[in-house]
Amino acid sequence: MADPELYPADIHHEHASLAVTERPLARAALMLLAFGFLAIFLLLPLVVVFEQAFSRGIGAFLGAINEHDTIAAIKLTLLVAVISVPLNLVFGVAAAWAIAKFEFKGKAFLITLIDLPFSVSPVISGLVYVLLFGASSLLGPWLKLHGIVILFAVPGIVLATVFVTFPFVARELIPLMQEQGTGDEEAALSLGANGWQTFWHVTLPNIKWGLLYGVLLCNARAMGEFGAVSVVSGHIRGLTNTMPLHVEILYNEYNAVGAFAVASVLAGLALVTLVLKTLLELRYGAEIAATRGH
Amino acid sequence: MTTAPAKAGWRFRQPSVIPGFGLTLGFSLAYLTLIILIPLSGLVWRSASLGWSDFWAIATDRRTVKALEISFGTAFIAASINVVFGTIVAWVLVRYRFPGRRVIDAMVDLPFALPTAVAGIALTTLYSPKGWMGALLAPLGIKVAYTPLGIVIALVFIGLPFVVRTVQPIIEEIDKEVEEAAATLGANRFQTIFLVLFPGLAPAVVTGFALAFARGVGEYGSVIFIAGNLPYISEIAPLLIVIRLEEYDYAAATAIATIMLALSFAMLLVINLIQSWTRKRYG
Repeated sequence: MADPELYPADIHHEHASLAVTERPLARAALMLLAFGFLAIFLLLPLVVVFEQAFSRGIGAFLGAINEHDTIAAIKLTLLVAVISVPLNLVFGVAAAWAIAKFEFKGKAFLITLIDLPFSVSPVISGLVYVLLFGASSLLGPWLKLHGIVILFAVPGIVLATVFVTFPFVARELIPLMQEQGTGDEEAALSLGANGWQTFWHVTLPNIKWGLLYGVLLCNARAMGEFGAVSVVSGHIRGLTNTMPLHVEILYNEYNAVGAFAVASVLAGLALVTLVLKTLLELRYGAEIAATRGH
Repeated sequence: MTTAPAKAGWRFRQPSVIPGFGLTLGFSLAYLTLIILIPLSGLVWRSASLGWSDFWAIATDRRTVKALEISFGTAFIAASINVVFGTIVAWVLVRYRFPGRRVIDAMVDLPFALPTAVAGIALTTLYSPKGWMGALLAPLGIKVAYTPLGIVIALVFIGLPFVVRTVQPIIEEIDKEVEEAAATLGANRFQTIFLVLFPGLAPAVVTGFALAFARGVGEYGSVIFIAGNLPYISEIAPLLIVIRLEEYDYAAATAIATIMLALSFAMLLVINLIQSWTRKRYG
């Protein structure tokens, strides 16, 4: 979306003349509107999470976290992310290699298909697996006969998470690798490197920051996904509840401190993600430039 | 699609010295088919096997129609609010210099990073009658939590970064000379912004609107806590799917999901058309 060549280096004139900027009063009004809006819609919800989590003191917070079902939820969330993120990472790299390094028919259509999960409601992302593996489906009786459990168990949760986070890595890598072209790889190949060597020693170093950026966003969504996972999980406490689902259960039981304690852990994860993302953009902006803006 | 008309010597792909095309494309297509295409076509197939009269009965059920109206209506209002404020935020972030700008810029992505359930319970606490915002609004007679207004608030939160991140790079690209030329020719700042700059931003604004709208229509986690979920009043379509599923009414869940998918795709198509039209007109 954003070619770095399109940005002149001196785009921000520090001392713009009055003709090309707003009057001080209009400036102040616009800034007030923007800050007020962001404070109400972004800052306040974030503050409330931590305020509520610690409303009964740090002891109550630690007690809520150090509870059997909460720890099980944290473990399950980590397990789901550990399985689904690498799957989508391998797919992202493979798809970006095919799409960015080669010219073939139907490429634009393939990119559209990869983006498809972004335009599907999370609830529908879960529903499709219920229809595929549920008791009333074609596969259902066969799965039951062979004792394979997918729905309301970890495999279903992983599948729903993989569906929802499917495009993240591919989406970051495709524009980046398209921008980098094939020159480096052709040079390596002509010097006698084989395909794997070219990938490991030439392509991977070129895309590592963009890859990390994609993995970061993919992981944040994988750990935080609610709608899709909620449909396939079955909500069995201590067994198939991920952290976001556990937040819902605690909240619906009027256990505000417990719900917000788990929520604050997720919010902390979101903040860490934002900090890392910003650092990546600041330090390696040029190397992940093609990925700015979603 | 880029399938060009078959010329002499049509080939599926251009020749290249780089290896791995078969492996990477083959793997990508297999994975795509297994994870996305088969499950999604399963949905369409199940819906098609319902039969037209059953499908029509579910589609015109008053509760279904109301839920769809609420989902699409609130998403439209929220995306419209985000277009106005998102554009202002993008403008302030690109054009003005102030301390903490980078932090605020990074904050804009919070809705991407914060799990929707967390946003949901936070907004509900904030806007419930005893919450910080709810207590402020209650004397004015405004109820947010457990009303359709609450849905709008949640969707504004969810959709904001889509508008800001689509409009922001385009504002960065605006050539200052255009504004200088407008000013030299006698336009005041207001005219420059609304007659010269905004038409150039229009395609990005429409895209941002479309992304925020599409996300809002399908949103579930942040909405169900604050909405109150009263049938016919504040029950969104994704929640109705979940309710039907919990009743083991797979037919209804499938039909509603298919209608949602069809409406979303139709809308994206219309928005794409509007976009290519604005591009032709102003691009």
